[in-house]
Amino acid sequence: MSETIKVPKLKAKDFESDQEVRWCPGCGDHAILKQVQAAVAEIGVAPENVVFISGIGCSSRFPYYMNTYGMHSIHGRATAIASGLKAARKDLSVWIVTGDGDSLSIGGNHLIHLLRRNFNVNVLLFNNEIYGLTKGQYSPTSPLGLNTKSSPMGVIDHPFNPTALALGADATFVSRVIDRDPRHLKKTLIEANEHQGTSFVEIYQNCPVFNDGVFSNYTERGLKEEHTLYMEAGKPLVYAKETKGIRLNGLKPEIVDLTTGEFSADDCLVHDPTDRTLAGILSRFFDKLEDGGLPRPFGVFYQEDRFRYEEALQLQIDEAMASKGEGDLDALLAGNNNWVIQ
Amino acid sequence: MQDTTEALDEVVVLFAGDSGDGMQLTGNQFTNTTALFGNDVSTFPNFPAEIRAPQGTVGGVSGFQVKFGSHRLFTPGDEADVLVAMNAAALKANFDKLKKGGVLIANTDGFDSKNLKLANCADVNPLQAERMNEYNVQAFNFTQLTLDTLADTVIPRKEAARSKNMFVLGLLYWMFNRSMEPTERFIETKFRKSPELIESNLKVLRAGYHFGETNEAFAHRIDVKPAELEPGVYRNIMGNQATALGLIAAAKKSGLELFYGSYPITPASDILHELAKHRNFGVKTFQAEDEIAAVASSIGASFAGSLGVTASSGPGIALKQEAIGLAVMLEIPLVVVNVQRGGPSTGLPTKTEQADLMQALYGRNGEAQMPVVAANSPQEAFDAVYEATRIALEFMTPVMFLSDGYIANGAEPWKFPKAADLPELKTQKISEVPSEGFLPYKRNADLVRSWAVPGTKGLEHRLGGLEKDELTGNVSYDPDNHEKMVKIRAEKVANIANHIPEQTIDQGPESGEVLILGWGSTYGAIKTAVAQLNQEGFEVAHAHLRYLNPFPKNLGDLLEKYNQVIIPEMNDGQLINIIQAKYSKVCVPLDKIKGIPFTANEIKEKVKSIYPES
Repeated sequence: MSETIKVPKLKAKDFESDQEVRWCPGCGDHAILKQVQAAVAEIGVAPENVVFISGIGCSSRFPYYMNTYGMHSIHGRATAIASGLKAARKDLSVWIVTGDGDSLSIGGNHLIHLLRRNFNVNVLLFNNEIYGLTKGQYSPTSPLGLNTKSSPMGVIDHPFNPTALALGADATFVSRVIDRDPRHLKKTLIEANEHQGTSFVEIYQNCPVFNDGVFSNYTERGLKEEHTLYMEAGKPLVYAKETKGIRLNGLKPEIVDLTTGEFSADDCLVHDPTDRTLAGILSRFFDKLEDGGLPRPFGVFYQEDRFRYEEALQLQIDEAMASKGEGDLDALLAGNNNWVIQ
Repeated sequence: MQDTTEALDEVVVLFAGDSGDGMQLTGNQFTNTTALFGNDVSTFPNFPAEIRAPQGTVGGVSGFQVKFGSHRLFTPGDEADVLVAMNAAALKANFDKLKKGGVLIANTDGFDSKNLKLANCADVNPLQAERMNEYNVQAFNFTQLTLDTLADTVIPRKEAARSKNMFVLGLLYWMFNRSMEPTERFIETKFRKSPELIESNLKVLRAGYHFGETNEAFAHRIDVKPAELEPGVYRNIMGNQATALGLIAAAKKSGLELFYGSYPITPASDILHELAKHRNFGVKTFQAEDEIAAVASSIGASFAGSLGVTASSGPGIALKQEAIGLAVMLEIPLVVVNVQRGGPSTGLPTKTEQADLMQALYGRNGEAQMPVVAANSPQEAFDAVYEATRIALEFMTPVMFLSDGYIANGAEPWKFPKAADLPELKTQKISEVPSEGFLPYKRNADLVRSWAVPGTKGLEHRLGGLEKDELTGNVSYDPDNHEKMVKIRAEKVANIANHIPEQTIDQGPESGEVLILGWGSTYGAIKTAVAQLNQEGFEVAHAHLRYLNPFPKNLGDLLEKYNQVIIPEMNDGQLINIIQAKYSKVCVPLDKIKGIPFTANEIKEKVKSIYPES
């Protein structure tokens, strides 16, 4: 989202607060904070016009580290608080920082309603597939079978697929990034900000203490090439240094080898983030490769232009004022039926 | 035909019928007409929680009681002079409310064998019971009369029968010599898209009126002269409507935008409906996905500089409490309206109760004091919610505003104020960095911090639910700081007692034998009872609390001026516990937990039962 007044060039440092950053050493949150500060500086919005709202969890400490307006609220409700904030003040640049527990478990309801209403805000969902702040219970995105303190015999809750959930809630901007790819992270944040409507950014974030290495397939040299698929609008879906690609066989996506001469990039699916059906298919690239799955897509799955709640609300106000005139308190108090006692 | 007219000071009419019989509409029309005529009125709608409860059963009976008179009224009356019963179940459910010798107007079509069976009347028609000799029974087949009236029209039979309530309304207008004109205008507006329905309803209304005129049974008419109210311009108003208007007025006078986050719930939804109509006042209503989002969005709007308001009833307030605690911690203005209903749990959604006082005062985790203000009547809800808003804005705090189902749906005449005469409202907003620098939790002499709103350069700051350092608002786990902050937040609320009026005596001696201490919607019943008791020579006074936290400063001294203090409440004794704990004064409880308001008689009887024998 964006629409605020441009100001003289600011630096990432201008968005750092005086508070000591207290996340664990090695936590993916550090890298994300740095890129958010850089992205907000690059966007060119004045700090006083920016508001960061978070819920509860490790990631939700985020607002304390931003030299903007901010609120570290209560568990699961950042999305609801931000909705009221944006409805009241559509001029502000509103960022929601939340986690997989905060937004997909206790605050799941508010997240889907935020997405369908399409407030012009940015949702940064830090997904580490674990509960960190409460010291290591499984989360709604933890994979089946994961052994944690609260699942000593393995998780039996089927996990949420956050991007598919966002698409299901009719989100107008759905993307996935990862903490260890700062350039792509910053680029996507800027795109999310430019999008007019709710921008859903799922950020894979490593928790080095309770769930270390859970995303190593997508970060480690020798693994990430096979396991990650970067989606770019208008470009064919190729990966692994262009040795592999994705094509559709009917409605079924499959991996094709681009080295044998049988297939070329021209045979591959071309990414089109305006195509809802395609976004649906890509969001379902969710099984691990070793389980017969497909590479994990990163980038923007889907983007559409749809009216924003806060603008529609303001339109109604403008229309009411145009047709009835600005509210006259005396006329309102008097109502339509009066009588006089002498 | 010669008719006779009897003059009365006050009359109670109780309309009762099946949920589908249109009794609420009929009652409201009668009320508006009689209020426009100049009577004082007080109403009590009483309807089932089900939208279409089983037809013809006692559970499905919908009632609307209206008292109107030629003097000031404070309750909808203890007993009915006229009972309209559209079916057997309606009579069964309401017969004990009809005064001995009163008029019973019954629709015989609703007393056929099917209806008798549905009402469990064991096939004995109660209209023919011997005890009916003591009443003035006027039983007619209003359904048939309505059908006959519309026999020559295109209106299908089933549709035609539905306007039988208009027949009865016309008949009552004849009985009380009231003009049909306000209802005629209402019909023309309501059915403006269907000229046939305008014509048929007007026809039936007038037929009912003429039926009274030509039928000897109704030759006896009742005249209730206009009331001698304080001179001025009046309108009729319901409690939820008054609450909505109070909020709009407060927003306008404070120069803030009103944001109202709410999730539909009985009996609070009408506030949302009313506010949603007034977008041209810049009102932003937000129908949230749940109660928590409703309060959370309002907190977001308050943080952004709007007047954030949320409303619900007991179960919804319970869901909001964690977020209200956040507002306590953030120290931002927020008005939380609780239109109380019977509890616990889903309880009695359409019935009234005052059982959320403890929830308002103590319902949050941790030490989380917030001011509590209660309305005492439908029209007074305007002033009370305006005052609740004043406190929220002036003291940067969430405020709980207590109403209830009786206030919400009740109606009475209101001598509405001029906008210019409403008290000014100030906020704690600051628009630039103070000369000594900005500290988010720096306080004024009343311990109130400033309201720094996003968009203001140099005032960027972070708030949160974690305990905060005394001045900077940064997170602090320091033990001494926590204790200090808990005490400061409590003291800030307690200090509000310096900025509210002292408790006054509403009626009765300034000291003496008995004080009745009430709060909320029991006001009318207590006031009526005390007026009568004083006339009968009892030394009884009435004080009514608007401020339940903090209490007015002089309340303890005031209680000491009476030998005995009775505390009537529509709960199992909540205020009494708080008063006794705080002032060490043993009081007399008077509890009613039936989902219906006190009658004046119940209050009188209690006073007489404890009054010393002379």
